[in-house]
Amino acid sequence: MSLTNEIIKARLTEKFGEEVSSFEEPYGMLTFEAPKDLNLKVLNFLYDDQELKFRFMTDLCGVHYPNNKGRELAVVYHLHNMVDNVRIRFKVFTDINQPDVYTATGLFSAANWMERETYDFYGVNFVGHPKLKRILNVDEMDYFPMRKEFPLEDQTRIDKDDEMFGRGGAAGYGTDTKEEDNRNSVTAEADKHDETGRPIV
Amino acid sequence: MSEQHIKLPEGSIEKTTTTLNLGPTHPATHGVMQNVLELDGERIVSTEQTIGYIHRAFEKIAERRPLYQITTLTDRLNYCSSPINNMGWHLTCEKLLGVKTPKRVDYLRVIIMELSRISDHLICNSIVGVDAGAYTGFLYVMQYRELIYEIYEEVCGARLTTNMGRIGGFERNFNNIAFEKIEKFLKEYPKVLKEFENLFQRNRIFMDRTKGTGAISAERALNYGFTGPNLRAAGIDYDVRVHSPYSSYEDFQFNIPVGTTGDNYDRWLVREQEMWQSLSIIEQAYQKVQEFKGTDADVFHADVPEYYLPEKADVYTKMEALIYHFKIVMGETEIPAGEVYNAVEGGNGELGFYLISDGGRTPYRLHFRRPCFIYYQAFEELTKGAMLSDAIMTMSSLNLIAGELDG
Repeated sequence: MSLTNEIIKARLTEKFGEEVSSFEEPYGMLTFEAPKDLNLKVLNFLYDDQELKFRFMTDLCGVHYPNNKGRELAVVYHLHNMVDNVRIRFKVFTDINQPDVYTATGLFSAANWMERETYDFYGVNFVGHPKLKRILNVDEMDYFPMRKEFPLEDQTRIDKDDEMFGRGGAAGYGTDTKEEDNRNSVTAEADKHDETGRPIV
Repeated sequence: MSEQHIKLPEGSIEKTTTTLNLGPTHPATHGVMQNVLELDGERIVSTEQTIGYIHRAFEKIAERRPLYQITTLTDRLNYCSSPINNMGWHLTCEKLLGVKTPKRVDYLRVIIMELSRISDHLICNSIVGVDAGAYTGFLYVMQYRELIYEIYEEVCGARLTTNMGRIGGFERNFNNIAFEKIEKFLKEYPKVLKEFENLFQRNRIFMDRTKGTGAISAERALNYGFTGPNLRAAGIDYDVRVHSPYSSYEDFQFNIPVGTTGDNYDRWLVREQEMWQSLSIIEQAYQKVQEFKGTDADVFHADVPEYYLPEKADVYTKMEALIYHFKIVMGETEIPAGEVYNAVEGGNGELGFYLISDGGRTPYRLHFRRPCFIYYQAFEELTKGAMLSDAIMTMSSLNLIAGELDG
């Protein structure tokens, strides 16, 4: 008998009752969430249960929802049962001011770097992680760049001396000489930084 | 000599091991990544990897781009097989939008994806040879990677970072030269691959260098999230093409080669066998494509006016085409809200795209599941207690691509 989303859902509600919630099936993949304190219990149950056997961690990543007060950060696990070939998606949400989530490294070695990446970009503090430090960004970085409060550079800015990309510079592409002085003043403006090293807009 | 002149780190004189920096720019790392090795003589005691040297914040950049502009970002993940990444991305978009592609498009995509799998495996396997000291094979097969790149050129105009295809299909139909070159490839390549195999497969030196080194058990490989040839070398027959078929892979007959020991030799063999399988898939797909006659033979994209650029002639003469053209180019098409995970079998394993859309014009969040990034963390376990020279072989047989590693 193949494993269907209904069976997984039934097994989970049987075990955790009201704690697991928000069952959805976007594009056929069962998606649900649980309180963050329970994440290891749920992952363990999914791993050990004789019927479920979700023993492969496909992916782990973070998402930032700045308008969800009290549950701004999400950690999303994609798990795979390779025997029955079923995938599920499991989410936990956490407060951005206290982003502590238990680490899944004890269960999946694969989670190690993926958690470091999530910490690096979203600042989720994985409690119990053997070596939680930045992985892709420099160690000195003191903010979490994938959070939504850090916008990408304004594409229409003309203050960059970026001759090779057709903006500003000696050839004057993208601007005319009249704006030259103006441009310099904008540059001075852009050079101001706050104490975290971010440019003041 | 007074104490203040020489200040060594504490314990550094008593230390019996040597610290060696392998990389970030070392020819044997084949990419920008650093390994800090702790060596006892020539044996590795511990390894610490530093990655992120070419991190380009693709996930962040993608949050501001309309769907079609993200294709160029996927090119630069695993740049040895960028068409697979492109197709994978388009398939993800099509899944989100509910687009169904015509069979001919699927088959053309299969041809391209399998060609890029061959070019990916070809690079990896020949580089393993180079690291073992055999340069000949590498130079020999490069000619055929060149031929594959020429086919890309005919199809999309680019060679390495291809930006091939569009949401719904291809930007233009394959021309006759492309088909001629595919035919040429199918005709000549088997002989070359056989010759390449003869150089390595039963070569005593090569076998001694690769057998038993960098081995991983099936259980550990799964736990580490291995996918693709590296997982199959450990004996697990997991292949996305078979387990969740996309782009009509279910229409093709092929085997999944598996290894037993998960060592460097098995990884090499699995890749080698996969090239044969890919070749057979291309042959089948080519046959199927030839069977389309009349107007069916001109189909190269699905009908998705909101995402597929209209014909240029129509843009000048028809109002609707002009509007769509403008909206697509300016990225003013709203993406339906939803979240989707879609995976394809990339050169290195399961290449996944996790896309969350909140109904805006750009993805709310896009995450790439980069197989390389996930399995490289096993490197320490793979090389513990091994010789330094074996670690080099392990690194190249894992097929680490810095672009995919750093994202």
